[in-house]
Amino acid sequence: MSDITVSHVTVRRGPQTVLNQVNAQFKSRKLTAVIGPNGAGKSTLLSVATGLLPPASGEIMLGGEKITAIGRKELARRRAFLPQRASADWPISVERVVALGLTPNLPAFGGLPPFLLPEIDRALRECDLLAMRHRPVTALSGGELARTMFARAIVGDPEILIVDEPTAGLDPRHAIDVVRRLRARADAGRTVVMAIHDLDLVLRHADAVVALRDGELFAAGTVAEVMTNATLSALYDVQVRVIPDGETAGIRFLD
Amino acid sequence: MNRWLVPLLGVLVVVTACVSLLAGTVWLQPAQVLTSLLADRLDLSSLIVSEIRMPRVILSVAIGATLGLSGAVLQGLLRNPLADPGLLGVSAGASLGAVIAIYYGIATSFTLATPLMGLLGALGTAVAALLLSRSGGTLSLILAGAAINSIALAGVNLALNLAPNPYAAYEIMTWLMGSLADRSWEHVQLAAPFILSGFVLLALTGRALDALALGDAQAESLGVPVARTRLLALIGTACGVGAATAVAGTVGFVGLLAPHLVRPLVGYEPRRILLPAALVGAILVTLADIATRVLVFGGAPMGLGVFISLIGAPFFLWLVLHVRKRTP
Repeated sequence: MSDITVSHVTVRRGPQTVLNQVNAQFKSRKLTAVIGPNGAGKSTLLSVATGLLPPASGEIMLGGEKITAIGRKELARRRAFLPQRASADWPISVERVVALGLTPNLPAFGGLPPFLLPEIDRALRECDLLAMRHRPVTALSGGELARTMFARAIVGDPEILIVDEPTAGLDPRHAIDVVRRLRARADAGRTVVMAIHDLDLVLRHADAVVALRDGELFAAGTVAEVMTNATLSALYDVQVRVIPDGETAGIRFLD
Repeated sequence: MNRWLVPLLGVLVVVTACVSLLAGTVWLQPAQVLTSLLADRLDLSSLIVSEIRMPRVILSVAIGATLGLSGAVLQGLLRNPLADPGLLGVSAGASLGAVIAIYYGIATSFTLATPLMGLLGALGTAVAALLLSRSGGTLSLILAGAAINSIALAGVNLALNLAPNPYAAYEIMTWLMGSLADRSWEHVQLAAPFILSGFVLLALTGRALDALALGDAQAESLGVPVARTRLLALIGTACGVGAATAVAGTVGFVGLLAPHLVRPLVGYEPRRILLPAALVGAILVTLADIATRVLVFGGAPMGLGVFISLIGAPFFLWLVLHVRKRTP
């Protein structure tokens, strides 16, 4: 129902073609990983899928509707977007930053209506932030900041969650923690898309993979279909082995 | 504390405004001010209150509030604690307009020639900044503003350089130092519509500023029209600060300082800074205006802008060091 379908999308930045005739589908109830080398167009594809970057050609459908036909505010209520290394500039409290996620739900005038307060508490609880709700965000560690921003994104319970490199700059434990939270959103029936470089996490937690290379679609399908020695080696131009490891598998890069 | 901040500042604005009515070369008693306001008499104290001090007080409150508000809006919009209305070239543009009026002698043709030209200069620079930064983001707005600021200041210096006689140069210098002396109801009438509309436009940006604390991309994803907010802030600043500079000359530091004074008291939230910053700006300019009337050094009155910079700059330095210690 809230699948995102990107069809024949081309994006140009000056003379450069950043995305060339890309087709991709992000299904609801699935955690889709967007992978590929640096500069492949992952962030651009995500921006296009959020409806924030209008493509030069092609179209984006959300459910049965064109994304351009959905109003700015309604779209903001239905989908949340976390850009790379999301942060806040002023030492605002964690609680207030999370409350900013409800901006599209606010009435035209006045402050936060009382019926939205439980939503903030719920998001804080889900992200283990209750103890630090009054701390300024600029005083948080990387992992705490990532959780705060995640809580900001899910506080309005959006159908669609699009996250650009959520694990960048995080240690393994916090990276796993973030991806588990994304996994839980997908299991709760939402459409979740993440651009990510950590292939081990993709292998273990994602359902579907979209691989980009040089602005073109390189491969797309389930994790089992895309995460193969041949496809990954060709995608990254290095020898990649997918090594079975008990119930899951691991990725090894060879020279 | 937070709940009482705005009422407290409001009371302080009223108190300083009342003191401003009393203070000056001729000190008045509160009773004299009251009777001159209520009764329709034509003695000296009534004339001083109704024709000289009243417009001056109204201008100082309005100008201070506009500078404080636009400083708060611009710091929130550009996510830069050093942003102030001067950054976008609006005040320099107003100065250039006014200086041209003085230089070419248009100023002598009618009373409001200087402020009118100042207003034109401010609106002109704002339009130029807007056109130059149309396609880019926040950074290109800052850069375009800085470039226009330099061009306008160069124009002002050129006028000083080529001034036809020392008197013209002196007049330009005095104007650049900022002052509220000899401002009349005509000045109030000229500035009021622009300052009021500027105030409304700037106040409309409040909620967008909160979301912009997360950066342009997140704000946009939350449904905030970032480009429109930028437009509102720029036009609001051009109207408000343009009109303020046009009638009072250059008054720096208030726009920079006022938001910093109240920011820690409202939890650093950009929207909640707006009203307190406007009130603090009004208090600062009114107090400084009283000081320029009361403190006279060697016969020459001190420029309003000079006084504020003199007091404001060291205070700002202290504030920066103090804030750095408390917040990471």
